[in-house]
Amino acid sequence: MKEIRLKPKAIPGIGMEAENISPDMFAEKSLKEIRALDVFVGNKKKKLGEYFTVGGEASEKPEDLRIVIRGDASKVKRIGERMSAGEVIIEGDAGMHLGSRMSGGEIRVSGSVGSWAGMEMSGGRITIEGDAGNFFGAAYRGRGCGMTEGEIEIKGNAGHNLGGNMGAGRITVGGDSGEFAGVGMKGGVLIISGNAGLRVGAGMIDGIIIVEGGIKEMLPSFKERGRVDGVKGLSGAFIGYEGDLAECGRGRLYVRD
Amino acid sequence: MKHRNVVCCVCGAVCDDIEVGLVGGEIKVKNACALGRARFQELTNEDRIKEPLVGGVHVDWDQALDKAAKILKNAEHPLIFIGSVTSTETMRQGIRIAEYLGGVVDSHPTLCEGPMIMGIQEAGMPSSTLGEVRNRADLVVFWGANPLQSHLRHLSRYSLFPEGRFRKGGRRDRKLVVVDPRKTKTAEIADLHVQVDPNKDYELMSAVMAILKGNDVGGDVAGVGRETIYELADLMKNCEFGAVFIGLGLASSLGKYRNLERLMKLVRDLNRFTRFVIIPNLGHGNVSGFIQAMTSASGYPFGVDYSRGYPRYNPGEYTTVDLLRRGEVDAMLIVAADLVAHMPRDVVRFMKGIPIVSVNVSQCPTALFSDVVLPGVVAGMESSGTIYRLDNVPLPLKKFVEPPFSFTESDEDTLRQLFDRLRC
Repeated sequence: MKEIRLKPKAIPGIGMEAENISPDMFAEKSLKEIRALDVFVGNKKKKLGEYFTVGGEASEKPEDLRIVIRGDASKVKRIGERMSAGEVIIEGDAGMHLGSRMSGGEIRVSGSVGSWAGMEMSGGRITIEGDAGNFFGAAYRGRGCGMTEGEIEIKGNAGHNLGGNMGAGRITVGGDSGEFAGVGMKGGVLIISGNAGLRVGAGMIDGIIIVEGGIKEMLPSFKERGRVDGVKGLSGAFIGYEGDLAECGRGRLYVRD
Repeated sequence: MKHRNVVCCVCGAVCDDIEVGLVGGEIKVKNACALGRARFQELTNEDRIKEPLVGGVHVDWDQALDKAAKILKNAEHPLIFIGSVTSTETMRQGIRIAEYLGGVVDSHPTLCEGPMIMGIQEAGMPSSTLGEVRNRADLVVFWGANPLQSHLRHLSRYSLFPEGRFRKGGRRDRKLVVVDPRKTKTAEIADLHVQVDPNKDYELMSAVMAILKGNDVGGDVAGVGRETIYELADLMKNCEFGAVFIGLGLASSLGKYRNLERLMKLVRDLNRFTRFVIIPNLGHGNVSGFIQAMTSASGYPFGVDYSRGYPRYNPGEYTTVDLLRRGEVDAMLIVAADLVAHMPRDVVRFMKGIPIVSVNVSQCPTALFSDVVLPGVVAGMESSGTIYRLDNVPLPLKKFVEPPFSFTESDEDTLRQLFDRLRC
């Protein structure tokens, strides 16, 4: 596997949009061509080389390419957007819309990530070592379906509206989740190892939510359906609920007994 | 000199039956509420800005416009904020400037009513005009709204007291339900006051929705007794024409736009039993006007970013407070709004460091923060235009006095002149 190394230098305060940072765009390009790719700073179109030092060598195919960003990319939006193969590794924080609408490949972030990451993703894998912002794996406003395939792992805490409207796929959270985790879920599996915020599973139609920690308050439109032993490979006793009955939903919510 | 049928633009109820008399420098107002009467006194405000300022120094109009154009032209990510106590035509000019510059344009929905609009986008909104409520409604619900202290003539002109075509008895033919954690003025005159726990509206709506679908909710929910919840569900199901008015109590409490989404879905479900409508009680004057103008220009209601040459919308990313908190703006144009007085402290601190052009009627913190201040014209008194009522009915604003200067006729004219400077 070949590697391209990027190091942010003086990212402007108003931030930038860099959907061109993706294995699909870098493949088959020389370092000079990569430096000449567009990034967007406010209403100005700039060159990637102005804001990043670029090193390494690109492969011919995206699946053989790893992009490593070393440094703070929290003001860089849309990294890995629509990527279909390869790897993006961020040694630091990442900005908004990371890997949104991606269909394959892998993104790993050693720090934290902004909101709207993994939106509507249809494949691939995202791992966040730190905390995540809001709307991870959810649907953009006006679209009914969030992530439809793939895997998301957040080792820290997740923000609000995690996995909103998700259709399929798997999200695991090591820490706690914010409000409205799994809101409007239509399928897939959401596992929260810590505590779930208020209104978990609100409006869910189908799918499975598992909360290993506690739930502060269950919505009145969820009904208890008894104890079960072991769910989705997790051992031990859980109390099962069904909902959201306000939406005639048949989703399942399991809380550690 | 007396002027009849003047339109008031203080709140979204937009009363159009105001009488204003100008007698020897004194302003006499009839029919308006306390808020409206105060607004008309703006004409004699001692703090009125009558000359343009650059860096706090009086300059002539052309110099100020040139400086304003220079600031906005040099910006890479300017934010154009248009307040809502102005005409829709002014807003259209502001949107044009944002599109031309490749900036962001936003207005008051971003601070107050935005969640209501986002709720509509999630769920859809079965709605009607206020006239229909007046003529047909036999059940009026105020959820998180307190019109007796926010839209003072709402109950008397449209929703509760007036005689309607099918409600000859006025108040006697209608039931009033108020859902509010507090015993508000409106709750005091209600037939049923559902005193929900603060931040628990979502749970209460979920319970009512589940009941409507034939489920049992067990015991008390959100601090409301089981019997009261069933009484509320029965009242809503069995009325002939129900209207629920939603206020900032929902938009600004825990859950934000999700509260509105759920309530709109509840109203959707109620339409399986009877006719039920939902109307957002928009607060500031012409909020609806901005939503109309913005939607017709871009397809999106507020917080629209033109930096890539085409409109993009993502509340939380391109909305005023979020942009300023993250420091993603490098110049601002503020029209007819005192933003500095209403923003969080860290945002105000950031605003201090960027150049600001403002169009303001009178002295205010925003004017003091501005590098360029262009004198504002009072919409609906010194300039004409269009205003939209909270139910999206357009009404004409009519001018009845001249502005105290000759370099501009209206805020719309000011922005048009500024746009011409930007293009040359």
